[in-house]
Amino acid sequence: MTESVKNTLLFIVVGSLILLTGFTQSWNSAILILNMGLISAIMAIGVNLQWGFAGLFNVGVMGFVALGGLAVVLISTPPTPGAWSAGGYGILLALLLGAATVVAAVLVATRMPKGRTQTLSIIGILIAGFFIYRAVFDPSIAAVEAIDPAVAGNIGGLNLPVLLAWPAGGLLAAGAAWLIGKTALGLRSDYLAIATLGIAEIIIAIMKNEDWLARGVKNVYGIPRPTPVVGYEVELQADPGFIARAEWLGLDPVTASTLSVKLGYSLLFTIVLLALLWMAQMALKSPWGRMMRAIRDNEVAAEAMGKDVTRRHLQIFVLGSAICGIAGAMMTTLDGQLTPGTYNPLRFTFLVWVMVIVGGSGNNFGAVLGAFLIWFLWVQVEPIGLWMMNLITAGMPDGSALKTHLIESAAHMRLFTMGLILLIVLRFSPRGLIPEK
Amino acid sequence: MDFLNAIVALSNFVLVPAIAYGSQLALGALGVTLIYGILRFSNFAHGDTMAFGAMIAVLVTWGLQAAGVSFGPLPTALLALPVAILGCIILVLVTDRLVYRFYREQKAKPVILVIVSMGVMFIMNGIVRFIIGPDDQRFSDGARFIVSARDFKAMTGLREGLAIKTSQGITVVVAVFAVVLLFWFLNQTRTGKSMRAYSDNEDLALLSGINPERVVMITWIIVAALATTAGVLYGLDKSFKPFVYFQLLLPIFASAIVGGLGNPIGAIAGGFIIAFSEVTITYAWKKVLTYLAPEGLEPSGLVQFLSTDYKFAVSFVILLIVLLFKPTGLFKGKAV
Repeated sequence: MTESVKNTLLFIVVGSLILLTGFTQSWNSAILILNMGLISAIMAIGVNLQWGFAGLFNVGVMGFVALGGLAVVLISTPPTPGAWSAGGYGILLALLLGAATVVAAVLVATRMPKGRTQTLSIIGILIAGFFIYRAVFDPSIAAVEAIDPAVAGNIGGLNLPVLLAWPAGGLLAAGAAWLIGKTALGLRSDYLAIATLGIAEIIIAIMKNEDWLARGVKNVYGIPRPTPVVGYEVELQADPGFIARAEWLGLDPVTASTLSVKLGYSLLFTIVLLALLWMAQMALKSPWGRMMRAIRDNEVAAEAMGKDVTRRHLQIFVLGSAICGIAGAMMTTLDGQLTPGTYNPLRFTFLVWVMVIVGGSGNNFGAVLGAFLIWFLWVQVEPIGLWMMNLITAGMPDGSALKTHLIESAAHMRLFTMGLILLIVLRFSPRGLIPEK
Repeated sequence: MDFLNAIVALSNFVLVPAIAYGSQLALGALGVTLIYGILRFSNFAHGDTMAFGAMIAVLVTWGLQAAGVSFGPLPTALLALPVAILGCIILVLVTDRLVYRFYREQKAKPVILVIVSMGVMFIMNGIVRFIIGPDDQRFSDGARFIVSARDFKAMTGLREGLAIKTSQGITVVVAVFAVVLLFWFLNQTRTGKSMRAYSDNEDLALLSGINPERVVMITWIIVAALATTAGVLYGLDKSFKPFVYFQLLLPIFASAIVGGLGNPIGAIAGGFIIAFSEVTITYAWKKVLTYLAPEGLEPSGLVQFLSTDYKFAVSFVILLIVLLFKPTGLFKGKAV
């Protein structure tokens, strides 16, 4: 069996698993798995770019995904009336002042001769800058957050089409990645891991606490959909043409409208995935991709050949993070809401890593396959676990404490299974399902 | 000016909590640093090892409480601690035998071991959630305070009260005891010396006849004991919640790295540095400053530099600053 036949078969197996869900459970959940699978595949491509191509150990995926989600709110929601005049410009000014402080401190650190005067002036600039920043920042956010706090209290967005938010999410994540990369990429792999883990937590903390930005834990609802590809169920059900088509397919209008909305998303996501996959493949095959892998395999040798390792690392770190940002923006669009409280590193960072490693790091198709497979399992392990627990506890008397506990705990089988899959793959097939060529 | 009240308020809200938290972080960071020194990888499963050990302590405590056993004014969890340590030792030794040993024999790259530890993290997290569930669990009992704020006020006649929780007192005592024991072991015993030799230079240690598997086993045993102790103390002080232990990973790693990975003294120093910075930067200084400021110049705001939700940011910024200026940490750490 040649390699391409094997790989095609693997994709067919995963595809039929999703189809099986459609036949045995419901088409709604099957398409839901497909949609999140598509998004996960994009995240996996991003991580694969960093880890598979360049060997960068980034465990801050969650932060970039969340930034993508933030971009959706900032781009596509309508602006809050009066927020900009009340404090929006003050906030901008404060942020600029804050940035200026940091720049000034960095300039002093690099330009001034070393010594006590330098240290003292850095500390002085930072402290003075901090108090000026807070003096401008605090009244402005108080003004913004006071505007109709039950439904708004944030500066709102630009009211642009939501599709524009996807590349914007990528840009936002790329900008953050550039800043992070500038400071942390020189670190050893372990340190980089801890650094990115910390940055992701900080990004989430900012999104949870800065209510003026995207309402924090009060969440943003009702993010507009990418019409006309994705419509609204209520409008579709009122459209006689749509009802006629639904009847022709033998579906009742309600089911048909939900399916149509989800399939609309699937279509958009597939286009994005294919485009990114194509680009990643081209990058892998290009001299640039070979250089990246050369740097990954032997940094010293690559440096001796005149390659600027730090710059290339920064470049690929920014690119990979941007892809994660795009995926995050797509996910928030799919959810129709931004809920910073739900970002969890196990789900958004480490699960993506499991996808890449199981699929095959260094191979884009492997990452995509791994994403679909692992996402399918992530969703389905819970019902399977429940079914198994029911089977195991079938002989126990009803109402026994152990039985209730076992059945209730079935929901936690997920993490255990993911860990087990990761360890088994690492042990017996360390290069993943579709290994790097 | 009211100097005494300012000092009492400062101790009550900053010093005492930070010392307790710092001891917990130091114990956690010691575990991370030992693994790094001997097994040469960053163990991402450390937070969940702590959660597992603490979980056993919680279960045993509940059992003891149900049986009517109590430890007087001290929390029953201290009686459960040895059992919990034993359970945790069994878990990590089984994990090492089933998972890590294979990669050690392969001489896998450290980063592979880090990824493996991610898998172990998932599994341990799953086990803990499976057994005890993801919710908050309370298991502290006994006297709540060594000194309560009211008693302190009555005793001294000051306006500010100083409260020291039993859990805080126990944390410090147990942590000091554990650290003294550990350093005695590492510096005085033959096995401890062989561990340090192995950490310094693996090849030389092998040449002088040190059995690496034995060193690794003893390391895991010590790490399990430290992790369980840290986990139980943290749980007594705050409360037991599996996800919180996972989140502790960041300050713990920050402590270990700030002190210098692989250096036990550094881990302790790092733990206190991180704890003190987190508490001082997220504390609202209004009260203390009001006592200190001259009449009429009292601060009007809370004088809080960052909201408490940004405590991760604090440990992280310190981590970055140290890494940028002293890449091997404040005390000399090692680099794989």
